[in-house]
Amino acid sequence: MSDHEYTPKSKVGKWFNDRLPLLTLANHLTDYPTPKNLNYWWTFGGILTFCLITQIITGIVLGMHYVAHADLAFQSVEHIMRDVNYGWLIRYVHANGASMFFLAVYIHIFRSLYYGSYKSPREVIWIIGMLIYFLMMATAFMGYVLPWGQMSFWGATVITNLFSAIPLVGESITNWLWGGYSVDNPTLTRFFSLHYLFPFLILGLVVLHIWALHVPGNNNPIGIDIKKPSKDTVPFHPYIVIKDAFALLIFLLIFAFFVFFSPNILGHADNYIEANPLVTPAHIVPEWYLLPFYAILRSVPDKLLGVIAMFAAIFVLVILPWLDTSKVRSTVFRPIYKQFYWFLVADVLILGYVGAMPAEGLYLLTARVATAYYFAHFLIILPFLGLKEKTTPLPLSITEPVLGGSADMAMARNNSDFKEKL
Amino acid sequence: MKIFLKLTFLFVIISSLISPRAIAAGEQQELLKVDWSFKSFFGKFDRASLQRGYQVYTEVCASCHSLKHLSYRNLAEKGGPEFTELEAKAIASNFEVTDGPNSDGEMFERPAKLSDKFVMPYANVQEAIAANGGAYPPDMSVLVKARSGGANYIYSVLMGYDEPPAGMELDDGVYYNKYMYGNKIKMSSPLDDDIVEYSDGTKATVDQMAKDVTTFLQWTAEPHLETRHKLGFRVIIYLSVLTVLVYFSMKKIWSRIETKV
Repeated sequence: MSDHEYTPKSKVGKWFNDRLPLLTLANHLTDYPTPKNLNYWWTFGGILTFCLITQIITGIVLGMHYVAHADLAFQSVEHIMRDVNYGWLIRYVHANGASMFFLAVYIHIFRSLYYGSYKSPREVIWIIGMLIYFLMMATAFMGYVLPWGQMSFWGATVITNLFSAIPLVGESITNWLWGGYSVDNPTLTRFFSLHYLFPFLILGLVVLHIWALHVPGNNNPIGIDIKKPSKDTVPFHPYIVIKDAFALLIFLLIFAFFVFFSPNILGHADNYIEANPLVTPAHIVPEWYLLPFYAILRSVPDKLLGVIAMFAAIFVLVILPWLDTSKVRSTVFRPIYKQFYWFLVADVLILGYVGAMPAEGLYLLTARVATAYYFAHFLIILPFLGLKEKTTPLPLSITEPVLGGSADMAMARNNSDFKEKL
Repeated sequence: MKIFLKLTFLFVIISSLISPRAIAAGEQQELLKVDWSFKSFFGKFDRASLQRGYQVYTEVCASCHSLKHLSYRNLAEKGGPEFTELEAKAIASNFEVTDGPNSDGEMFERPAKLSDKFVMPYANVQEAIAANGGAYPPDMSVLVKARSGGANYIYSVLMGYDEPPAGMELDDGVYYNKYMYGNKIKMSSPLDDDIVEYSDGTKATVDQMAKDVTTFLQWTAEPHLETRHKLGFRVIIYLSVLTVLVYFSMKKIWSRIETKV
């Protein structure tokens, strides 16, 4: 990381930096050469860091007032909403923050899919990212259980019951997870403990994610390797910092709109009914960001195979760098993949939609077709397409022309192509 | 900028598509819609309606439905019915609560104070169920938030009592309601014209009482709604101004190089 010489100006600075090169690190971060053609889809890394920090800070404050006990949890949440100073604000930011976090992470992931950011030499960044995503889902799921409403309780029951599908040891594992013979107080307290722990694991992985990013440097919209630093790059500060700040503010406006004017629209009404093991809600649905996986789970008639399919849906993403055989990173130069990319986006949205619907009739059929297509995309289309597809010519650099074209044309092409996508 | 507009648009569409509310709406009859004063961007409660709503709750609903998350002091707090402190004290003193143990180790009865929680109609859930033909009258503290459709749903159910359609058999103690899930409800129509007498001279029609009590229940579910709207407006203004400033700073900084931001 500290591949260029940097000496602090002050004596104290030099003394400290010789012992712990924090200033070198800071210098590396501000100077970090970033491709100058990064578009707004690249601002979500910063937005996600903001989301994580927000969740941790609001979560710590909520933890001061929340009581992790089956008889008191619901009441303590109402106490936060009513009697804690600005407790309603902190809780609504935390609850909607989870949704905003997932919104941002999905955009971040699909950006990576579009521009081939997962490809060599960035596989490790991608895999760490997938680990973060997996931990995020676990954290969000456990967090949703904490208010101990009806959806909390029954969501927890459905998801933990999945483990009972494991042959032979399934039931023992489920009982071990529950700390008893059903979802009850021991389940709640351990979920609280883990929900508090996981964000810090995520934070650690985020540091590794960024570290791994800073080794090869950012991918960019045209997906070619660039010299760093060069005419193709700008220093991270102030160029990228100010752009990230602008994007973050737009994001915050949307965030604020949800928190202040529609704080419950992303949640489920049933979660304001206190958990009751004797009454099952008409439909048990997870939070919106887990719906595509829920649809995959339910589309398989066999319970064990359904669970396997659900985890496989995440696992195919982990091995994606080796499933996609194309050497060309950016979709801009892959006309056929471009179409399949948008099919995949539509497919995931459809899975999300049917995941919210009852698993019957046309919904179930749609879910099955969409699930099959999801796997086909990664396991059949991507490996073959990479070998067969005729890609369009790549430019030599961000500023230099495509062979036979002018510099302006290359730039114009990037920009217009990007706008078209939206 | 365009990107973000489209993004927002996309997100709104997606969230409206997959929102669980959309599912529930498909199953039941279209709810009655009221132009609530607390709905809009600057929405506030109608103070007089909240006070009347409290009266309806106490005189009609409170015999079966608890408000266990509320205290009498809430009645005098800003953004609520805003009874004066004296009025709230007087209201509280109408109720008896069990306190203790005293220095002799005895529990004793005393009139409620502002700091006491609302007195519950039944000692426990079992007693409530036994007294209501096997149906538990739900606690009303967060009832508006606990039903998809919110305030419109509560209002609709109150207004939805009707003769059952021909051919529909109803058991004893079960009533027909157009907006209830499955159209059957174990609560008989709770409101009748002039069942309460409003001190401010408002005519106590069923519609008026239903609106008042729904407004009151919206407040019990969201006691800080007014603060939230007010603060939200300021936050949006602040963020908008800052966004514009940062946008022009960004333009200025990026003008140093040839690339468009």
